Amino acid sequence: MQITVTVNGTPYSRDVEPRLLLIHFLRDELRLTGSHWGCDTSNCGACVVWLDDTPVKSCTVLSPMADGRRVLTVEGLEQAGVLDPIQQGFAECHGLQCGFCTPGMMLTSRWLLDHNPDPSPEQIREALSGQICRCTGYENIVRSVLWASKHERST
Amino acid sequence: MAGAYGSFPRKEDARFIRGKGTFVDDIQLPGMLHGAILRSPLAHARIVSIDTAAAEGHPKVSAVITGQMLEARKLAWMPTLSSDVQAVLATDKVRFQGQEVAFVVAEDRYSARDALELISVEYEPLPVVVDATKALDPGAAVIRDDLEGQQDNHIFDWAAGDKAATDAVFAAADVVVAQDMLYPRSHPAPLETCGTVADMDPVSGKLTVWSTTQAPHAHRTLYAMIADLPEHKIRIVSPDIGGGFGNKVPIYPAYICAVVGSIMCGRPVKWVEDRSENLMSTAFARDYHMHGEIAATKDGRILGLRAKVLADHGAFNGSAQPSKFPAGFFHIFTGSYDLQAADCEVTGVYTNKAPGGVAYACSFRVTEAVYLVERMVDMLALELGMDPAELRLKNLLRPEQFPYTTPTGWEYDSGDYANTLRVALDIAGYADLRREQAEKREHGEYMGIGLSFFTEGVGAGPRQQMDILGLGMADGAHLRVHPTGKAVLAISVQTQGQGHETTFAQIVAQELGLSPDDVEVVHGDTDRTPFGLGTYGSRSTPVSGAAAALVARKVRERARIVAAAMLEASADDLEWANGTWHVRGDPEQGKTIAEIAMAAHSSLELPEGVEGHLDAETVYNPPSLTHPYGAYICVTDVDPGTGQVSVRRFIAVDDCGVRINPMIVEGQVHGGLADGVGMALMQVIAFDSDGNCLGGSFMDYLLPTSVECPSWELGETVTPSPHHPIGAKGVGESATVGSPPAVVNAVMDALKPYGVRHADMPLTPANVWSAIQGHPVRTDLAIT
Amino acid sequence: MQVPAYVEYEKATSVDHALALLARYGPEARILAGGHSLIPMMKLRLVQPETLIDINGLGELCYVKVTDGELRIGALTRHAQLLDSPAAGEHFAILHDAEKVIADPIVRNWGTVGGSLCQADPSEDLSATFAALKATMVIQGPEGIRTVSARDFHTGPYETVVAPSELLTEIKIAIRPGGGSAYEKVGRRVGDWPVGAAGAAIWLAGDTIGEAGIGLTAVGAQHFTAVEAEEFLQGAPASDASFARAGEIAAEHCRPHSDQRGPADYKRHLARELTFRALRRALRRAGQPRPGQQGARGRDVGGRNRGGRDA
Repeated sequence: MQITVTVNGTPYSRDVEPRLLLIHFLRDELRLTGSHWGCDTSNCGACVVWLDDTPVKSCTVLSPMADGRRVLTVEGLEQAGVLDPIQQGFAECHGLQCGFCTPGMMLTSRWLLDHNPDPSPEQIREALSGQICRCTGYENIVRSVLWASKHERST
Repeated sequence: MAGAYGSFPRKEDARFIRGKGTFVDDIQLPGMLHGAILRSPLAHARIVSIDTAAAEGHPKVSAVITGQMLEARKLAWMPTLSSDVQAVLATDKVRFQGQEVAFVVAEDRYSARDALELISVEYEPLPVVVDATKALDPGAAVIRDDLEGQQDNHIFDWAAGDKAATDAVFAAADVVVAQDMLYPRSHPAPLETCGTVADMDPVSGKLTVWSTTQAPHAHRTLYAMIADLPEHKIRIVSPDIGGGFGNKVPIYPAYICAVVGSIMCGRPVKWVEDRSENLMSTAFARDYHMHGEIAATKDGRILGLRAKVLADHGAFNGSAQPSKFPAGFFHIFTGSYDLQAADCEVTGVYTNKAPGGVAYACSFRVTEAVYLVERMVDMLALELGMDPAELRLKNLLRPEQFPYTTPTGWEYDSGDYANTLRVALDIAGYADLRREQAEKREHGEYMGIGLSFFTEGVGAGPRQQMDILGLGMADGAHLRVHPTGKAVLAISVQTQGQGHETTFAQIVAQELGLSPDDVEVVHGDTDRTPFGLGTYGSRSTPVSGAAAALVARKVRERARIVAAAMLEASADDLEWANGTWHVRGDPEQGKTIAEIAMAAHSSLELPEGVEGHLDAETVYNPPSLTHPYGAYICVTDVDPGTGQVSVRRFIAVDDCGVRINPMIVEGQVHGGLADGVGMALMQVIAFDSDGNCLGGSFMDYLLPTSVECPSWELGETVTPSPHHPIGAKGVGESATVGSPPAVVNAVMDALKPYGVRHADMPLTPANVWSAIQGHPVRTDLAIT
Repeated sequence: MQVPAYVEYEKATSVDHALALLARYGPEARILAGGHSLIPMMKLRLVQPETLIDINGLGELCYVKVTDGELRIGALTRHAQLLDSPAAGEHFAILHDAEKVIADPIVRNWGTVGGSLCQADPSEDLSATFAALKATMVIQGPEGIRTVSARDFHTGPYETVVAPSELLTEIKIAIRPGGGSAYEKVGRRVGDWPVGAAGAAIWLAGDTIGEAGIGLTAVGAQHFTAVEAEEFLQGAPASDASFARAGEIAAEHCRPHSDQRGPADYKRHLARELTFRALRRALRRAGQPRPGQQGARGRDVGGRNRGGRDA
């Protein structure tokens, strides 16, 4: 079936099997490999993207469910060569090591700051509790988000 | 000069924060096919027949490979890292649930998955051996009837220490405490699963394999040996790797199948496993059934330690440790204490489970050893009515005792243990915590304080003593300095998130007075890097880091001679300071490496016997291991009504010698501490009596999240390694080694009023509550 | 990652259209709402529907509102929306308690209340929650609209009274004075399915309990309900002693199974302990003025999945 999904502002029309998972649509069809996958049971969150302004686990969404909707992936965070403060925060505060969970962590953090510009560390941990990191022990991820909350762009 | 050491931001971050990393599953090649493995649903069964006709008839399937087909190519079996053999695709029997039975190659991953259902396999079930403690019972089914002369499930016996001396010490001791304890089967579960893209070029005969491998060169040599392919025509590329933790050291059967698939189809073949495959079939960790005993005087002098271990190795002995040490470095179990005698015996057995054993940041079984000794010390404290910190301070090795040879033959390089423990106690506010604990107990609230003091053994190792499958564990480094003074360092180790592109640049920059930005680190591609055994066992900094420092010093010495020619002085009259070679006493006229590099490539006349350029290479054979250490303190709150445990605080003071990049060191520690929370409280790969794996998904194999982890409180002490060129010891696994006993000790401390002496990990709410009732559950088997 | 088998797909544009598609494609068709119960099962190939009927476009089923003295929740309401709804939290704090511990924040963004209820996993938290609240399920089918008590909704593991041709459209709960409710759950980790959980709702009559609802999750309680404990509490003093006894009765009548989450005796203990704790917290809330009323305190933070005492 034909679907049209707007990803990072660009509409893409493709012919897909209905069972094609959104994560595979992004990675294999559109070659946007910044979103990752790490489990079979919707637990790890490496696949988190925004679907119409809401973070979702794209491994648990069929691509036709995104038909006519908007998707934001990690590739869409940087605007006109300028990094999002979330991206800067993760680099400043060593919030990543292997980088595999990082896109999902950043997208959820970005959403959190959009809705709660001054979160406590506890609120950050709660917001990220559906996503696994095996490398950082989470402390520097929390610090990265706190850094970003204090260095937001003025516009 | 502060130099190039310090919390330099990471160079690798630029691509990862943009989602521009290249992981194996990101690789797309023209004409690439996808592979999928058919796995056995049964733990032990004879294969009666395999019918692949329907799968082969699927319009999108290019090939279906079975064990029988591999047999014709002598590839049905492959050597393991412990000199056993492992089935690539099963021929006679399947020996664990999830074992590889067939390999499908198809146009896309969905079709490959569909085609698996079109293969029918007829099995004849056999009795299953799941409980390691029963594997050697007379009449237990023999799993490895493929091995000539194998009559039972016994693999090896291994011993270290002095049994007679230890027995004598125990016989004369005032106090002996004994305890059985299990270090349950666990799994490293890196967030990126294992995978490979194999591309055999039919014209040139060159095989390129992109792979999630922590040891690209070792893999290349092994492929040459296993598949009888010419080694100079094999190129292994580790692209970005999403976490390794020892899970990505072995060669897995599906890698071989992908290579064969590529050869058969003349196209690249990608295989990336599901999470269930990762958990059920790749290198697991731990699974040590341990019996520990500690002997002491009544006033708390530890005299001796002994241990008997039953090691569950699964269906094939695939554990990855130096070949002379089938139980890895377990005999470091005497820990950080001054004792008179010790001995240990380890027996390895086969069971109907996946192969592995050495993985998950264990430092070759140091995790098991440290857990045993730190639990025994706490139980001794309980027995004697002594404070566990006081007992440790009484027995820790003293600085003047170093270098210290342990009763089992380890030579610890350096340490000021009591100081490190005191720093930790100070950060924790230990006395206040004990006061708070006492007050809370009066109100029926249960908090616990758990200590762990560990000595690691990393940086394997001296090639005469340490090899894997005959490949000595020495590593090379190549350094090129371009005419404009920028450098390229090629190393043999393989980062999976540890930040080598930054820290190794810092090492070279420090030696040559450059900025780390001027040093590019090349790694992961066997065509572009020198030979070495890879990254695991925290060996990168101790071994490859040493190689990097030494090769940079070689370059610096070569530069001295060129500088002497430039300055028309004698090389002996030059000294190195502030990034220049200059005549002693005349620093204003010094030459930087960049200036010297240009001159070395120029027409400058050089002394007789000295060639041009500034390039150098080295192979570093470490003289010994290094021994980082640390003192950890965990504070838990336990709800006895539900058994739930909350980790309130975790204090970690690490001494890993000189810290090249403190930010990265701290990140390594943070990550390992989370492992401790996970292993102590929730992680286990258990099996039921039919051999069904009960930890095959992240719904059942639980990993800690940001909510279970506290905000880690770190401290440091710095005691350089005397034999390492820059005094660094390595730190990658320290926190994974040291943290589980701290958490368990804290929970046991909380439960003291209930008379609980010990309960095994994971201390789930059910297990904690059951322990309070007096019957802790056995965690490695199905709960019934 | 595992992937689903081949499936056909239709997008519904209205409730009537969804019902027509269900009729056309028969029992091998499945409603696709958030998909966060269904799609994982499809990926593991534990279920293989022939056709999916996507109802995510039916905004008319997405609401939390107070109408005619009832709290009404549209079946397509996302978990996150129910958690964020002030009306839900104000009238039935148990809904927020439960939603906070269902799955994780990201799954809650897309999974739906109706989807979870219709999945009918024995460990699913909302079943016991609505049972405790004595809610009513509204089901629409080719014959029209019918209602079923939440306590009769489930007929077995993964089975409900919703026929293949029908659609759950709404859950409604009568708002009555003097009520308080709470949910207590134990898992091995945040986001885990419960090892055991209890939900309690009480309506006071002075110092005694006028009526009680107790729902139990993952402990083999019939219809997720502790009927005997509820009957005991009716007319009993609102006291710790009553609640403790109610917990004992609830534990006696459930039938937990041992599994990797815990042995049966532990789960039975949880049934007792968590019923007690949920009742106590429900009572505290029954005594509190509603937010917006004189003397109201801040919103109850509710329990997290860690050690420590109930709030």
